[in-house]
Amino acid sequence: MGIELDVKSFDDALKILSKNYKIFAPVRLKGKGAFSDTDLVTYGEISSYKDIELNEKSRYSPKEVIYPITQTLFYFTEDEYKEPEIDDKGIIVFLRPCDANSYLKLDNIFLKNGPYEDNYYKRLRDKVKFFIIECTKGFSTCFCVSTGSNKFLDYDVFVRFDNDKITCDVKNDEFSYAFSGKEVEFIPEFIEKNEIEVKLPDIDKISQNLEYVFNHELWDEYTKRCIACGRCTVSCPTCSCFSMQDIFYKDNPKCGERRRVWASCMVDGFTDVAGGHSYRQKYGERMRFKVMHKIYDYKKRFGTTMCVGCGRCDDVCPEYISFIKIVSKVTDAVDRGESK
Amino acid sequence: MILDIDTKLLKKNAYRVTKQRGITALRIRVPGGDLNIKYLDIIKEIAEKYGNGTVHITTRQGFEIPGISMEKIDEINELISPIIRGLKDEGVQIEDEEGGYPAAGTRNVSACIGNRVCPFANYDTTVLALKIEKLIYPNDYHVKIAVTGCPNDCIKAHMQDIGIIGQVEPIYDPSRCIGCQACVKNCKRRVTGALTFENFKVVRDPNRCIGCGECILKCPTSAWTRDEKYYRIVIMGRTGKKNPRLAQTFIEWADEESVLKIIKNMYDFIDKYIDKTLDKEHVGYIVDREGFKKFKEEVLKDVKLPKKAKVANHIDYTGYRYERNTIYD
Ligand code: SF4
Ligand code: SF4
Ligand code: SF4
Ligand code: SF4
Ligand code: SF4
Repeated sequence: MGIELDVKSFDDALKILSKNYKIFAPVRLKGKGAFSDTDLVTYGEISSYKDIELNEKSRYSPKEVIYPITQTLFYFTEDEYKEPEIDDKGIIVFLRPCDANSYLKLDNIFLKNGPYEDNYYKRLRDKVKFFIIECTKGFSTCFCVSTGSNKFLDYDVFVRFDNDKITCDVKNDEFSYAFSGKEVEFIPEFIEKNEIEVKLPDIDKISQNLEYVFNHELWDEYTKRCIACGRCTVSCPTCSCFSMQDIFYKDNPKCGERRRVWASCMVDGFTDVAGGHSYRQKYGERMRFKVMHKIYDYKKRFGTTMCVGCGRCDDVCPEYISFIKIVSKVTDAVDRGESK
Repeated sequence: MILDIDTKLLKKNAYRVTKQRGITALRIRVPGGDLNIKYLDIIKEIAEKYGNGTVHITTRQGFEIPGISMEKIDEINELISPIIRGLKDEGVQIEDEEGGYPAAGTRNVSACIGNRVCPFANYDTTVLALKIEKLIYPNDYHVKIAVTGCPNDCIKAHMQDIGIIGQVEPIYDPSRCIGCQACVKNCKRRVTGALTFENFKVVRDPNRCIGCGECILKCPTSAWTRDEKYYRIVIMGRTGKKNPRLAQTFIEWADEESVLKIIKNMYDFIDKYIDKTLDKEHVGYIVDREGFKKFKEEVLKDVKLPKKAKVANHIDYTGYRYERNTIYD
């Protein structure tokens, strides 16, 4: 069963929800695109239906909501430290199935990767309620069906936006109070076929041919083409690497703060270690590291592909490097390598 | 055949006196270098029927059709009336559509391709070029204006009497910065080195920043974004036989309204101070004679510059003179 709303009653619902929740959705920031007179579609707080951008894929992913680019972990003085408070409110995120699945991928990294849970991640993540935006057409670079991230059933509310008619399946009773409208027959739909189909490599075959894949010539091309700008990783909903920064305040260097800030395996400095060394100087090697993490290493560890197939890495690469193409090349190489 | 032609009127009508007697060439204005493709048919027809089958692309982004007999001017003016009407439809003040171009002194406003195509551009140069064209054409005073999207200055705004260079104020959101330093390195290598990296975040020196917008383009996370559009106005650059020189900055961080008003005021300045005994006088030489201070006073009349704007106190032109600057072996 679903509830059918018009824009006004949907806005009323948002208003009611906003008492206890901060509400995030893709938004269009006018004139904030990198090129002049272009917009930036990204995640932001919303208060009404008209704030939500439904026609364009967001350049940045909703991971920022629970895993901010810059996060102060604690402030320190000479002999004390204090963690910053976080907002009491819960978090509602309007997102498509691929992006909802990306949260589960991040959960593995931050909560299930070793003996400790990452508390800074957890305290925001625990607040999240999933409001799924029905996505049956996708965009031209999406391949969520191939990665198995086209469905997300464990939602709180599922929303179909059909112009000004909005239909909701309120699965979590906690939210029933906010939605009032006509009851209608409603079966949430998920995309079953993308324009792009990608064959992911068989990870057992990779394991048996590791050296072959590692040393394959296909990576060389990216040493020449990639400029190590990091756009593909900061836009990726599942990239989760960060580095630590200890800041000593200029006016009083005895006080300061420790921050964690996103890092990118594609960018210079990522592998810097004491003594001035660093690894993977060649951009092709970085590409191999990134791609293999997305489609192999992570899966070996957690049993599921890291990449959700949102296609953002393809959308944002200034050098027109296609991650999708690389994955296909790896699959091809592995298939061919094995038959040899 | 008797040829009795008022060459002053001929030139005013955008035709020229050429080296071949009785033969002229017509210059088609293309404001901002942006032409509706339908007009090419007309240009082609004139070149084929009346000209020598060629067309010359001028340095100011117009078309010059050579090899035309002076006797055919009336016919040709009728043929180009759709082009003139096109200008009129865009809002250029032209009375007689059938009479050809009403003036040629103020040259075609040229423009780089701008933000319709170029990623570096800080605004739509075609639109601004047309706004300026509407403001200053038709006019007999010899003035060259060009607008360019960013300080790369592809249109060579620095070689004009007035050059408009797009600027943007980059806005920094430290919370979005991942410290990759792409912006810092790029500004140092390709621009003015206005950015430094302190305490893992970027600091911009507003006195060094020229508003090119490259940091915005380089940033992977949109930590840098765009704010208002601004313009640098460079003035009195020129080529010529006397004293070629690059234009210098008159104002930076001006807004569009001020740019237009200043250009308008410059025409009043010319009107007031031009040496009327001469056949023509370029505005640069008038400013040389009357002084920058007077020019500044006149063109800034009733101009409300934005708070951010900076106006040159004086300008030190470092042009050169052919006869003085070269020491030969
Ligand atoms: S690797 Fe590319 S397609 Fe996969 S989740 Fe990241 S951005 Fe999306
Ligand atoms: S976005 Fe493209 S150029 Fe930039 S690091 Fe990624 S693959 Fe390389
Ligand atoms: S001046 Fe700037 S905006 Fe214009 S074409 Fe050149 S680089 Fe592009
Ligand atoms: S706008 Fe240009 S000059 Fe200013 S900081 Fe950015 S890159 Fe440097
Ligand atoms: S390019 Fe962007 S992310 Fe990188 S240092 Fe500059 S502002 Fe920070």
